[in-house]
Amino acid sequence: MSINQNIIEKIVKIFLWIFTIITIFILFYIVGFILKNGIGGLSKEFFMEFPKSMGREGGIFPIIIGTILLTLAAVFIAGPLGIGTAVYLTEYTRENRITQMIRFGADCLAGIPSIVFGLFGFVLFVIKLKMGWSIISGGLTLSIMILPTIIRTSEEAIKAVPKPLREVSYSLGGTKWQTIVFIVIPQALPGILTGIILSIGRCVGETAAVIFTAGSSLRLPNSLFDSVRTMSVHFYILSREGISLKNAYATASVLIISIGMINFLSYWIMHRFIRRIEGK
Amino acid sequence: MNKILLKDLSFYFEGKKVLNSVNLEVLKNEILAIIGPAGSGKTTLLRLINRLEDATYNTKKEGDIFVDDKDIYSVDINVPELRRRIGMVFAQPVPLPRSIYENIIYGPRLAGIIYKKKLDELVEHSLRQAFLWDEVKDRLNQSALSLSGGQKQRLCIARTLALQPEVILLDEPCSSLDPISTAKIEEAMLRLKEKYTIIIVTNNTKQAARVADKVAFLLMGELIEYGQSRQVFTIPVDKRTDDYITGRFG
Amino acid sequence: MNREKLIEKTFFLIACSALFLLALITVFIFKEGIGIFLKIGFAKFIFSPDWAPSQKQFGLFSMIMGSVWITIGALIIGVPLSLSVSIFLAEFCPKKIARILKPAIELLAGIPSVVYGFIGVVILAPLIREYLGGPGLSVLAGSMVLAIMILPTVISISLDALHAVPKSYLEGSLALGATRWQSVYMVIIPAARSGIIASVILGMGRAVGETMAVIMVSGNAVRIPHSILEPVRTLTSNIALELGYATGMHREALFGTGMVLFVIIMILNTAAYVFTKRKVRK
Ligand SMILES: Nc1ncnc2c1ncn2[C@@H]1O[C@H](COP(=O)(O)OP(=O)(O)OP(=O)(O)O)[C@@H](O)[C@H]1O
Ligand SMILES: [Mg+2]
Repeated sequence: MSINQNIIEKIVKIFLWIFTIITIFILFYIVGFILKNGIGGLSKEFFMEFPKSMGREGGIFPIIIGTILLTLAAVFIAGPLGIGTAVYLTEYTRENRITQMIRFGADCLAGIPSIVFGLFGFVLFVIKLKMGWSIISGGLTLSIMILPTIIRTSEEAIKAVPKPLREVSYSLGGTKWQTIVFIVIPQALPGILTGIILSIGRCVGETAAVIFTAGSSLRLPNSLFDSVRTMSVHFYILSREGISLKNAYATASVLIISIGMINFLSYWIMHRFIRRIEGK
Repeated sequence: MNKILLKDLSFYFEGKKVLNSVNLEVLKNEILAIIGPAGSGKTTLLRLINRLEDATYNTKKEGDIFVDDKDIYSVDINVPELRRRIGMVFAQPVPLPRSIYENIIYGPRLAGIIYKKKLDELVEHSLRQAFLWDEVKDRLNQSALSLSGGQKQRLCIARTLALQPEVILLDEPCSSLDPISTAKIEEAMLRLKEKYTIIIVTNNTKQAARVADKVAFLLMGELIEYGQSRQVFTIPVDKRTDDYITGRFG
Repeated sequence: MNREKLIEKTFFLIACSALFLLALITVFIFKEGIGIFLKIGFAKFIFSPDWAPSQKQFGLFSMIMGSVWITIGALIIGVPLSLSVSIFLAEFCPKKIARILKPAIELLAGIPSVVYGFIGVVILAPLIREYLGGPGLSVLAGSMVLAIMILPTVISISLDALHAVPKSYLEGSLALGATRWQSVYMVIIPAARSGIIASVILGMGRAVGETMAVIMVSGNAVRIPHSILEPVRTLTSNIALELGYATGMHREALFGTGMVLFVIIMILNTAAYVFTKRKVRK
């Protein structure tokens, strides 16, 4: 019986190890495969030049700019809304019907497939509101998509701010607003930033919602109402339409490296944040 | 003339009564020490005078608190302004995660004082009052988190003094301090008495005897004894006070 | 004081934005999509397998079955894998390794879906074509890619559920002489059950909702598949493939597709919500 159990224990452990190793192997395989084929295509020119003949040759300069602008637009819209929501949920009210509804709403929003955001954004912003394929249409669409992430992470971060700090501020004559601005938000900032950085990652990686709202122009945008192409969209078009596998790999490498850096950055900030909260 | 007056003050957390019809008055420029065993409602009483329980859910307050004969729970009270008049120092010193200087000017700046010179003056003056100036004058821009426990507590006192309050509420300011720091804080208190009205919660009856003019003994939310400190410590009226003071309690 | 009230009101309004946007999207999708149900009839739109926009034939059944097949496939492959990883991470893994594995899995979540799709096209599909037959771009390819894509979701949520089980449960069981696996199997997993179920449901939601990767690897043929080696089109692909040029009734039909998708996702989300709530109450 006992020997039997020991054997089962061993077998289970081996299987768990194997499955975990498979998962990690997949990760490394994907990352490795893309980088192996793409890193050779990376050069200063690739980053700094305009694409030629639909991206068959040349670089991805306007695409990098487009990705950044679109992401910034989304974050600038969703950031204040998300942080504001989190502040309301944590500072202004206790658990009740309304907060539960708001949380449920955010969860639902988080579950909506990106293509549904694309469908919505395309017909509402691009067509009905006549904003066309543009940074603003794409930014608005993406901002709805990342709003739940920002709410969630900001809420967690704000909740982690110790109550005594707030009370000190109150006792020194701080109003609620002053306490939020001077104590709560600065203390929660690293956590909030982590959420924003993760959202940036989502924006950079998103394709379905972007391609129908921001379009796929290869030109540098002049205004918020110009179309841009993000790296994900560019990669999709290059590989799907067989324009240039070499540039597709190179673009994917840039994508993966950016995502890696974004993850690392958020991890690093979070780590310091946790240390600070637990340390002192 | 009384500075603070508690009238039939009762308080409930989630239906549980933690203060039971407390009547108490504190005269101007007087030090009142509140003593009593753990959980008897001392902290709650101080927090109520600072309206810090406003934001706690499921509470109920009965009775009134008057400061300068004005009901501080009436609707026309500006709470932040009230809290500036009534400074509070918590049992656990919680410096804001900023520099020493920034900690002190936090309150004054919120109150609208922006002149650097005035702020500098305030910083020096309050740190001196709290007997901390000499120890930190060369590192005002260092993080307040780097101070020792006793220094932190004195920083918190200085921070409260910088509000230029009329009343100071001290919740067990010396509970985690060594005798030297404690002596410094007691010295500060006796000095501050000339200008302020002070309520100090302490579990150290000797300390109460040393600094207080009046003593109030709280037990399970009830005010058992209240009087001149010499009288309370030598010939207490209630037997329970005597038991507590002489350590024969429970 | 008045100013503070104003600030509070403002925050309240901001806080309602998520709800407002959810309502806006819901109403918009339904308003734009309800027409097709009325014109064609609910049953016909859902249960007819014929989709030929040029001939005004709008039936979603092939796509619904496509989504069902691919999702089930993804769950069959992905759930055992994810749960093994999360059980391993929570109960058997040395702390040091866990500290490396978790960010790695988060990175997996961050890789864009187009990259997964691409890997499916250039690696999986040729392998399937060569060794199993068929065109390669198929239910199987789609399921495999989705299985990988739902890993991070299922792992992180089930891991939270496992971590939420009080340490004393495990210690109590070990003290009674059970082996570690016995304890995990008989005590920890049952205690974390509702959270684990929620993780699977949410993973399912991700699989149903994924678009770009599925378009790239599953062939997109409008027909009910009879084997996992056949190409299929999912609800999401249907929208993405045709949205660019659809007008009139065709666009309505795509919104109708969006409605169906939306309802499925809401049902899944609500189910997950119910399961997580149950955990909290316990
Ligand atoms: N936020 C709260 N919610 C519920 N009960 C509370 C809360 N704060 C205090 N209490 C209860 O009120 C009672 C009085 O607490 P209080 O902190 O005033 O006691 P104290 O006399 O200061 O004790 P100590 O000497 O330990 O500091 C205690 O029974 C405590 O459990
Ligand atoms: Mg206390």
